[in-house]
Amino acid sequence: MIKIHHLTKRYEKLTAVDDLSLDIQDNEIFGLLGPNGAGKTTVIHMLATLLKPTSGSASVNGFDILKDSAKVRSSIGIVFQVPSSDDLLTGYENLKVHAFLYGVPAEIREKRINDALELVGLTERKNDQVKKYSGGMRRRLEIARGLIHEPNVLFLDEPTLGLDPSSRETMWEYIQKMVKERKLTIILTTHYMEEADLLCNRIGIIDRGKIIALGTPRELKSKISGDTVRLKTKMQNADIAQLKNLDFVRKIEFIDEQVVLSVDDARRNIPEILKHVEVEYVEYATPTLNDVFLKLTGRTIKEQQAEGGFMERYVQYDRN
Amino acid sequence: MSSMIEISTYFGKIYALWLREFKVYLREKSRLVASTFTPLLWLFVIGNGFGSSTTLTSLHAIDYQKFIFPGIICMSVIFSAVFFGSYIIWDRKFDFLKSVMVAPVSRGTIFTGKTLGGMTNSLIQTTILLVVGVIIGIPFTPLSIVETAAVILLLSFALTSLGLTIGSYMTSLEGFQMIVSFVVFPLFFLSGALFPLDKLPEWLSVLTTIDPATYSVDALRQIILGIGSKPLGIDILILVLYTAGLGLLGTLSFRRMKAI
Repeated sequence: MIKIHHLTKRYEKLTAVDDLSLDIQDNEIFGLLGPNGAGKTTVIHMLATLLKPTSGSASVNGFDILKDSAKVRSSIGIVFQVPSSDDLLTGYENLKVHAFLYGVPAEIREKRINDALELVGLTERKNDQVKKYSGGMRRRLEIARGLIHEPNVLFLDEPTLGLDPSSRETMWEYIQKMVKERKLTIILTTHYMEEADLLCNRIGIIDRGKIIALGTPRELKSKISGDTVRLKTKMQNADIAQLKNLDFVRKIEFIDEQVVLSVDDARRNIPEILKHVEVEYVEYATPTLNDVFLKLTGRTIKEQQAEGGFMERYVQYDRN
Repeated sequence: MSSMIEISTYFGKIYALWLREFKVYLREKSRLVASTFTPLLWLFVIGNGFGSSTTLTSLHAIDYQKFIFPGIICMSVIFSAVFFGSYIIWDRKFDFLKSVMVAPVSRGTIFTGKTLGGMTNSLIQTTILLVVGVIIGIPFTPLSIVETAAVILLLSFALTSLGLTIGSYMTSLEGFQMIVSFVVFPLFFLSGALFPLDKLPEWLSVLTTIDPATYSVDALRQIILGIGSKPLGIDILILVLYTAGLGLLGTLSFRRMKAI
C-alpha cells in the first residue's frame, strides 16, 4: 500500500509536484495519466527514494520514503522510462547482477532469474547481449529485472514510450500476464490514454503537478455525457421517441437523417435498442480519457506517435 | 546466523558490481588494446630512442629501457585508473547507475565495487606488461611478481578512487577529460618514471614528493631492478596512506552524489 501525503517537489522556478495526496491500495493497478512534464516521473522518483521531496511525506509498503529509504528500495521494483540495463551484458547477466544487488538467496537465484525471463518471453534470447535486443525486448528485460526480488510494488514509468504500435500491444499483453500471475501493486505512468484505460483499475489524471481527477476509467469517462449511438432507420421519429422509456437512454436527437442517442454503456445496450428499432446501420463511440482531459483542462494530451486504433471503437451492425 | 547471511549478501553485492565491470572490460576489446598500446609505445620508442643517446651516471649501469620499465608500468596504471572515473559518468548517461541507486545498495558498496573493477583492469594491463618485461630481459622472481602486484593494487586503488571522485562531481565526459588531463600528466611526469629524482632542482623535487605515483615508481624500481632512493617500507607506508585517504574521499563523494 502506498500513502502519499501533501507531497511537493519544487525546483527553482517550477513546481513539479504540487501538494499531492493519494492512497493506493494493495493489488491495485494505478495509472498516473498526464501530458509530458505533468510531474508523473517526479512522483515515481520520490516514491522510489531517488529524489527528496521539498515537503510532504509518503510511505511505500509501510516504510517512510525519507526515514526508511533502504527498506523502501528493497520492497519495490521499478522500470524506468529509459531502459537502464547494461548493453554489453547479456539479458541473463543483467538479471544476475541485480539478483545479487537485491540479496536474492543463492538457492533460489537461478530459478528467479529463469522464471522472470520466462514471464517476459526472453528465455530464448537470454544469452544475447542486450545491445542486440529490440526496444520492446529491452523494456521487457527491465520488467524482468524489476521482478527479480519479488517486490510488492512495481513502478512502471512510461513502459511503452517510444515503442511502435505492435510492440506496445505486445508489452500490454506481458503486463496483463504479469498482473495475472503475480500479486502486485502497480503504479504506472503514461501519457497514452488507451494504455491507462486498458491496464488500470484506477486512474489519477495529473496536470501541472496536481491530481485533477481520480477514479476508475469508467467513472472518469462517465463525467462526459455517456456513449453516443448513431443509427439510421426508416421508422417514424415518433416511434423512435419511444426509446426514451428505456432507462439507459439519456437523450435522443435527430440530426440530418440520423438518430443520435446518448446512452449508458452502449456496448451492452445496443442489442436492447435493436429489439425496438429496425435499423439500416448502427454505430457507437465511447468517450475517451482524452475527452475527459479536454473537459477538465481545455487542452488535449498530445500523442507522440500515430495510434493503433484503440482510440475509437466503432462497431457496425448490419442486419441485411 | 542472520549476520552470516548479511555478510554474504554484502559480499554478493560487491561481487555483482565487480563482475559487471570485469565482463564489460573483457568485452570492450578496444579498451584493453588502447590501454596497452600507449605504454608499449613509451617503452620501445622512448626507451630505445633516449636509451641510445642517454648516458646518465645515476642509471646504475642499467640501460634506459630497463630503467623506465617500472615507471611505464606505473604510467599504464596512472592513466587507466584515473580515466576509469569516466565510467561513472557513462553509467549515469546510460541510466545504469540509476538502476543500481534504486537497489538496496549503499553508496559505499557501489564505490567499492566500482573501484575493485578498476583495480582489476589495472592488474590485467600490468600482467601484459610483465610478460613484455620478460621478453626484454627483465629478471623476475616469483617474489618480485607478487610484490609488484601488491604495489600496483595500492596505486590503482588510490588513483581509481581519485578518478571516481572527480567523475562523481562531473556530468559531462568532455569536462571530465579536460580536468583529468590536468591530473594524469603531472602525476606521470613528476613520478620519476622517466628520470632519476636525485639531482632535481628544489622546486621540482617538492612536486615529486607530493605525487603518490613517485612512491610506486620508487617501490617498483627497488622490487624489480634493486635500485631506489627511499626505503621500500617508507614507499609502501606512504602509498597506504594515500590509498586510505583517497578511498575515504571517494566514498564520501559517492555519498553526496545525486541519484538523478
